[in-house]
Amino acid sequence: MGSKPAKDQTRRVEKRGDTPKAPDRAERPLYGRDEIARVLEARDRWTQDELAEALARLPRRKAAFQTDSGIPIPDVIDPAHLPEHDFLRDVGYPGAYPFTRGPQPTMYRGRLWTMRQFAGFGTPADTNKRFKYLLAHGVNGLSTAFDMPALMGYDADHPMSRGEVGKEGVAISTLEDFEVLFDGIPLGDVTTSMTINATAVIALAMYVAVAEKQGVPRARLGGTLQADMLKEYIAQKEWMIPPTPAVRIVCDMIEFCAKEMPRWNPVSISGYHIREAGATALQELAFTLADGIEYVQECVDRGMDVDAFAPRLSFFWDVHNDLFEEVAKFRAARRIWARTMKERFGAKKRESLLLRTHAQTAGVSLTAQQPYNNVVRVALQAFAAVLGGTQSLHTNSLDETYALPTEEAVTVALRTQQIIAHESGADRVVDPLAGSYYVEYLTDEMERRAIEYLRRIDDMGGMLRAVEEGYPQREIAESAYRWQRDVESNERLVVGVNAFQAREEQQIPLLRIDETVAREQVERLKAVKGRRSAARVAETLAAVERAAREGTNVVPPVIEAVKAYATLGEIADTFRKVHGTYREDGRF
Amino acid sequence: MSPATERPLRILVAKPGLDGHDRGAKIIARALRDGGFEVIYTGLHQTPEMIVAAAVQEDVDAIGLSIMSGAHMTLFPAVIELLGEKGASDIVVFGGGIIPQDDVPRLKEKGTAEVFLPGSSTQAIIEWIRANIRPRAAAA
Repeated sequence: MGSKPAKDQTRRVEKRGDTPKAPDRAERPLYGRDEIARVLEARDRWTQDELAEALARLPRRKAAFQTDSGIPIPDVIDPAHLPEHDFLRDVGYPGAYPFTRGPQPTMYRGRLWTMRQFAGFGTPADTNKRFKYLLAHGVNGLSTAFDMPALMGYDADHPMSRGEVGKEGVAISTLEDFEVLFDGIPLGDVTTSMTINATAVIALAMYVAVAEKQGVPRARLGGTLQADMLKEYIAQKEWMIPPTPAVRIVCDMIEFCAKEMPRWNPVSISGYHIREAGATALQELAFTLADGIEYVQECVDRGMDVDAFAPRLSFFWDVHNDLFEEVAKFRAARRIWARTMKERFGAKKRESLLLRTHAQTAGVSLTAQQPYNNVVRVALQAFAAVLGGTQSLHTNSLDETYALPTEEAVTVALRTQQIIAHESGADRVVDPLAGSYYVEYLTDEMERRAIEYLRRIDDMGGMLRAVEEGYPQREIAESAYRWQRDVESNERLVVGVNAFQAREEQQIPLLRIDETVAREQVERLKAVKGRRSAARVAETLAAVERAAREGTNVVPPVIEAVKAYATLGEIADTFRKVHGTYREDGRF
Repeated sequence: MSPATERPLRILVAKPGLDGHDRGAKIIARALRDGGFEVIYTGLHQTPEMIVAAAVQEDVDAIGLSIMSGAHMTLFPAVIELLGEKGASDIVVFGGGIIPQDDVPRLKEKGTAEVFLPGSSTQAIIEWIRANIRPRAAAA
């Protein structure tokens, strides 16, 4: 996508490994050389006769067609576009290397994907009520959204929290908030995903502590922590400390879970936010895999056995409207990951090689104009995720360009998944688009182009260095600006925005979070601080500080600190005291 | 078009609060610069105090606030109030982001000059600035 390698590298670059290239020659081509020659001949005849005649009558609508990532789309795709296509090597069977067709042999014929609707707003009691509503309506996994102060490591009473408490997610300051949040929800039976990154270690500790109070041992807990800090510096930009120590904490959690929480996914390596920030599908694919490679390399560098932790790494993709490219992205991701884990990191266990993923429809594709149209966009995107073989899925609600979703809007979003699951027929077949010349062509192209990015990042010394140099950030900002220009020049049409506008806009009901939430949270926080043992808090925070300074695993001392009701802000301050804070410059 | 004697407008694009969604802010900053304005971008996670201090120090004509977190009803008026306290009420405040339509009149009552909702084109914002913002007298 027109990007150049960083030209001025003052830092000494230490290259730590190469992402394996995709094989460029088929060992056993699906289409024989003679067949390809015959196809090419036929294509030439068709181009000169039928196509030329049709174009003489009616020219193409555009000079050139391409996917949203800029992959050129020929007039028609045939086997000659796939001369090196090697079925057994590149596609094969689901649940078998290179996992192009999916991580499990039976996919949805064995078990449907998890319908996991992200929720969180207001007080912990408000969100607890929404969780119970969703469980009663057929979701089978919880997904927690935290408010901005919790994500950045500030308590509800901090000046930076002004106006933000409970607004974009649930407000959490102490373990007591977690006790209310999961009250009456059996943590040994449900799985819970928590979308939290900079302060993920605190959320993990609180979850373990609440489960203990319910009598559920940590080894039985199932769920996912997002905890993908690299993509925070790249895209979502909620941080607590600088990148290097932040990545170290991510690896602490990976290490801790590998030993003590075998059913827990300690990190969800996320393309979602990278895409929402403006990346193309290709950039989302490449940068996310690069983040994953960096975490694996860090863990391997600290002496961990790759097969001890790699099986619990999980991914999270965004899904936009370009259905075929999205499906190709899912398939290419699995193939690149499998090849990289095997060839670069020498992973041996089957589970270390397969890429499991959550997916969410694209928030950024929703429009404020004619909001009911968003139901259709979400359905299209959700269908793409299912055709791509996702393991779990969140569907966005039609009202999310205005506010957090209402209960009614969330229900439509969930019903969309249920209709796809039970009425579309997509639940009966594994990897239905395999063998489509177009989708196989796109899968190969996505893989080839993503590997070019990955090797460029390898040359920069890995993703941590690339992020510190601002490389993915610049690439994404460039794509975002290009997209906006394409919309404003009408090169790209968005229904209801620059085409087919309505004279009068539909009004929809919205969810509102009022300021009493902040007052309630601050009061509860004060009450907790009044009840706890100050000595125990000081002692446990000192242990967190010691671990942070000495570079030992911070997870166990953070668990002790939350049990002593040290606040999220106090624990975050301890990390900030040791590692300092992080600021991004105002470049644009 | 501004008369040739007028200096280019100086605009501060600011991200108040904790939300890190800066796609919009960066696109706007770049589009305004391409549109001929002098643009300063604060970067992320700014308090109203930091934004107002930057606006006064950089001697800007207007502040464009970008916010996705739902904290606009608190943070927009806070910026406007602080500008008043610093004697800089003539700095025009406008904004955009994930803002429900019903909040727009309330934000305007509290002094926000204009609110741009999702889907607004950068061209519309540029035209609004040209039509509604003049260089501040003090800076001339």
